[in-house]
Amino acid sequence: MSHCLSAVTLALLLTACSKRATSGSTVLNVSYDPTRELYADVNVAFAKQWQTTHGITLNIEQSHGGSGKQARAVIDGLQADVVTLALAGDIDEIARQTKLLPSDWQAKLPDHSSPYTSTIVLVVRKGNPKGIKDWGDLVKDGMQVITPNPKTSGGARWNYLAAWAWAAKEYHGDQAQILAYMTRLFKNVPVLGTGARDSTSTFAKQGKGDVLLAWENEAYLIDREFPGLADIIYPSLSILAEPPVAVVEANAAKHGSTQAARAYLEFLYTDEAQAMVAKHFYRPRKPEIAAQATLRLPDLPMVSVDADFGGWAKAQATHFNDGGTFDQVIKP
Amino acid sequence: MHHRSATTESAPVRWLLIGLALLALSLFLFLPLLAVFVEALRRGVDVFFASLQSPAALSAVRLTLTAAAVSVPLNTVFGVAAAWGVTKYRFRGRALLLSLIDLPFAVSPVIAGLVWVLLFGAQGWFGPWLAEHDIRIIFELPGIILATVFVTFPFVARELIPLMESQGSDQELAAVTLGASGWQIFRRITLPNIKWGLLYGVLLCNARAMGEFGAVSVVSGHIRGKTNTLPLHIEVLYNEYQFSAAFACATLLGLLALLTLGLKTAVEQLTHQRASRRT
Repeated sequence: MSHCLSAVTLALLLTACSKRATSGSTVLNVSYDPTRELYADVNVAFAKQWQTTHGITLNIEQSHGGSGKQARAVIDGLQADVVTLALAGDIDEIARQTKLLPSDWQAKLPDHSSPYTSTIVLVVRKGNPKGIKDWGDLVKDGMQVITPNPKTSGGARWNYLAAWAWAAKEYHGDQAQILAYMTRLFKNVPVLGTGARDSTSTFAKQGKGDVLLAWENEAYLIDREFPGLADIIYPSLSILAEPPVAVVEANAAKHGSTQAARAYLEFLYTDEAQAMVAKHFYRPRKPEIAAQATLRLPDLPMVSVDADFGGWAKAQATHFNDGGTFDQVIKP
Repeated sequence: MHHRSATTESAPVRWLLIGLALLALSLFLFLPLLAVFVEALRRGVDVFFASLQSPAALSAVRLTLTAAAVSVPLNTVFGVAAAWGVTKYRFRGRALLLSLIDLPFAVSPVIAGLVWVLLFGAQGWFGPWLAEHDIRIIFELPGIILATVFVTFPFVARELIPLMESQGSDQELAAVTLGASGWQIFRRITLPNIKWGLLYGVLLCNARAMGEFGAVSVVSGHIRGKTNTLPLHIEVLYNEYQFSAAFACATLLGLLALLTLGLKTAVEQLTHQRASRRT
């Protein structure tokens, strides 16, 4: 018994130790998977600027993972000062389940609080041996499609909606035909990874699959990390992905980091950060920066969640919640 | 020593069996281990050492050592107490206690992590109270330690229970009749009897504490340079396409496993020597 008591005492002592200093010199950015390289650059630049303007050495901490999983962690108490996730729906979920940030968080920053955009592309093996040109080719017999699980990954939900949008156009909105297409598509998916990076590794490192549904930025990263492995195919129609950012107000206030957290997110809209956005193959909000970028990302027809799916709340409920279309599609 | 075989199989059958075991061993154990070292050194010794010395890697090593340094002694005390209680006394619910000790073996590590989130997470049972008092457990060091303690709980106890069971309590009873106190009995009779088994259990417990991935992953929060243990750091590096760095860190865990195995073998040999000397 005395052992138990001493253990409990020790545990209490340990928890006491972990109270975080509330000096406001630390900002924790909880982000989704493929932004690792982008924020590695942004954090250095912003910390340098903060040092010059405020004389404080700002310590920016990073956490990465599937967008839905990361939102869940913040809901469960991960002390994020800012969240930079893959889609508005995940931040909506934090706002809905906690009082950490207001429900109108998306109005706090310009461009729907999305300082950069991206889209979904098809990544195929070098030389495109299977002749994949568009979404319609993905449901052919024997085609292996790699995409993460929409239940845990933000990128996967964009993939899903992009495919859906194409099918909706192809079949003139006929629900049964769209569902049939999606079912055939997911029949060709051998594994559902938990996050975008997970699926990229499956495709690039383990050599599995004929085509990877990926973020455009992730696709160009594959080309840089694994030269000569893959080609990028732009489909006839894709989706405008707007990964949003927000200050987790209650956490930041508690840590005394509100000012730094806001400035950090505002910094993403500056020319300096927008150039980094372009460098890491995201689409900058500023057209003049996009024009200066060494790599010009092509224009393509894109649907948007707000205009074509009635916003994330509706899209989430219709497609990804329990009993949504995704559940019907993967039903064995 | 007897040299007569205990089985009746012919020599070819024996060699076939030994060959199969060796083949399986090299395929499933030696080859992957070799691959780790080859991958780690693929981009040269410089990259290898640089990746071990990066701040994030050092922090991961520190966190892993801290988690092990807290949970291994805790579980040593728990394990000895549990084994003592279960083997020296007969009481109601003893069988239940025995099964409970094994629970962490039976439960998936993911569940082992999630239970702490359910208890101490912001939405968990004690979440509001903890938030009010600004105490953080999940996504911080205490959560990582709790998860590690839970997962490694049975190692020491499981090692000691059969040992103490077979030794019985005759020597302790004799000591009691001679007027020894409880502490004296433990220190001068029980501990010397179980010390090699105990050491063995502690080694296994330590190996698992440092290598645990699933449970710790759930409660870590994955903050780079802060709440990533060595196994989590390896995953991060792998996901960032820094394969050489990932495998360099993996060699640390690999070396640790080899060290543990070496120590374990040494302990086993010592135990055998002592046993044969006594009989």
